[in-house]
Amino acid sequence: MEITMTVNGIEQTADVEPRTLLAYFLRETVGLTGTNIGCDTSSCGACTIHVDGESAKSCTLLAVQADGCSVTTIEGLANGDTMHPMQRAFQENHGLQCGYCTPGMVMAAVSLLDENPNPTEQEVRLGLEGNLCRCTGYHNIVKSVLACAAEPFGATK
Amino acid sequence: MIPASFDYQRAGSAEEAIALLTEHGDEAKLLAGGHSLLPLMKLRLASPSVLIDVGRLDDLRYIRDAGDHIAIGALTRHRELETSALLAEAAPLLSHAAGHVGDPQVRHRGTIGGSLAHADPASDLPAVVLAMGGTIVVQGPSGQREIAIADFYIGFLESALAPDELMTEIRIPKLNAEGWSFQKFNRRAQDWAIVGVAAVRANGSTGVALVNMGSTPLLATGVVDAVKSGATAEQAAERATENTEAQSDINASVAYREHLARVLVRRALEESGLA
Ligand SMILES: Cc1cc2nc3c(=O)[nH]c(=O)nc-3n(C[C@H](O)[C@H](O)[C@H](O)COP(=O)(O)OP(=O)(O)OC[C@H]3O[C@@H](n4cnc5c(N)ncnc54)[C@H](O)[C@@H]3O)c2cc1C
Ligand code: FES
Ligand code: FES
Repeated sequence: MEITMTVNGIEQTADVEPRTLLAYFLRETVGLTGTNIGCDTSSCGACTIHVDGESAKSCTLLAVQADGCSVTTIEGLANGDTMHPMQRAFQENHGLQCGYCTPGMVMAAVSLLDENPNPTEQEVRLGLEGNLCRCTGYHNIVKSVLACAAEPFGATK
Repeated sequence: MIPASFDYQRAGSAEEAIALLTEHGDEAKLLAGGHSLLPLMKLRLASPSVLIDVGRLDDLRYIRDAGDHIAIGALTRHRELETSALLAEAAPLLSHAAGHVGDPQVRHRGTIGGSLAHADPASDLPAVVLAMGGTIVVQGPSGQREIAIADFYIGFLESALAPDELMTEIRIPKLNAEGWSFQKFNRRAQDWAIVGVAAVRANGSTGVALVNMGSTPLLATGVVDAVKSGATAEQAAERATENTEAQSDINASVAYREHLARVLVRRALEESGLA
C-alpha cells in the first residue's frame, strides 16, 4: 500500500506492506536509525516518536496508521547544529549513560513538557513511566527534564 | 516481531466499517488504537486476515453532555478522557481511571471503545463503566442497539458485540456522585492492575466492580448487596470475592488476589465515603 507521511518536515512516500511497523519503516525505509527498538512489546519506550505532536510507541503502530500524519523522530529535534533544549539538558545533567533509552526518553520528555510545561518532580516521574532506563537510575533523567522546564522558553524553544 | 500478513482497509465512515465487517465476516478485525490488538498480532496470538482501520473516524471522537448522561464516542482516546473538563465534573471516576491506563504513549493512542470491546478482565475502563452502570451503543447492518454494560461481558475476551457490529458510543449516567474511588494495585508504574476496584456512591446506591478477578470484568454483587443492607465498609469488603474466579499467574496467587480484592474494596468504599 502506498503511504505518504511527513517525517521531520520532509514528505516521504513509500509502498509498504500493511504489517510494517512504524519503527521499522522509520529505520529501514526512511533510514532514520535514531529511533531504537528495545523490547518490541510496547513496554520500554525506546521507540518513542511523535505522531502529530504526541508521543507514541512506534513498535506498536503500523506505518499505514501514520499515513498522512506528521511524524517527528529524535533526528528532527535539533535545529542544524543547535541541539534542542531537551537534548542539551540531558547532556548538561548527565541524563544518559549508554544512551540506548535516550532517543525515546527525550521524545517522551518533549511531549510531556508540551502538555505540562511546569511539571513537579512527581509529574515528571509519572510522565516518563512508559520509558525504561537500565543505566541511570532515572535520577539524572528527571533532573534533565526539570532543568529543561526551568529554561525561559522550555522545551518548545 | 512483525505480525502475519493481512489486508488493510481504512473505513471512511461507520457505515463503511460495518459494510466491510459484513463482507469479510470472521476473517476481519476492527483496528482502533491498536494497543491491545497489535501486541496480540505481533505475538501471533491473533492473525486476522483483514484489518479494518476505524482509527480515523473522528466523528466518533467526542465527549458530550447529553442531559441525563454523558455521551462518549467510541474512538475517544484515553488522553482525551483524562483531560476532559466535562468528565472531571460529571464522571471524575472515569477521567481519573483513564489517567492510570498504561503510560502517556499508550493513552495518546488507545481508545475507550477498544478498551471496552477487547473485554480483557485486566483492563481498567470496563470496571469503571460497570461500576457506573453505563450503556454501550453499537451499530450493525440492521441498525443500532443499546446494551447495558452489566450484560456486555460474556467470557474471556468475549463481549455481546456481534462480529458485524461497531461500538459507536458509551453512555455514562450523570450520577452526582457523593463519593468514588479507583484502586489499582500494581508493582511497577505502567503495569496493568494485579487487582483493581472501581467504586461509586450516588443517589443512595453503590456500584462496585473488580479488575482481574475472573475471566471477565466483574460487578461485585455481594459487596453491593451488603452495602444496601447497611453493612460497614469492612463488613461489605468481606464479600468481595463472591462470584469471582481469580486466576493465579506470575504476579499473584489466587489467595493473594482474593486478599487484595478484600483490602482494595474496603479502601474503595471508605474513600467513597462509606463508614
Ligand atoms: C504497554 C501497554 C500498557 C497498557 N496498560 C493498560 C492498563 O494499565 N490498563 C488498561 O486498561 N489498558 C492498558 N492497555 C491497553 C490499552 O488501554 C488499549 O488502548 C485498549 O485496551 C484497547 O484500545 P485500542 O483503541 O488500542 O483498541 P485496539 O487494540 O485497536 O482494539 C482492541 C479490540 O477491540 C476491538 N475494537 C476496537 N474498537 C472497536 C469498536 N469501536 N467497536 C467494536 N470493536 C472494537 C478490536 O477489533 C480489537 O479486537 C495497555 C496497552 C499497552 C500497549
Ligand atoms: S521498542 Fe517500543 S516500547 Fe520497547
Ligand atoms: S542510558 Fe542506558 S538505558 Fe538509559
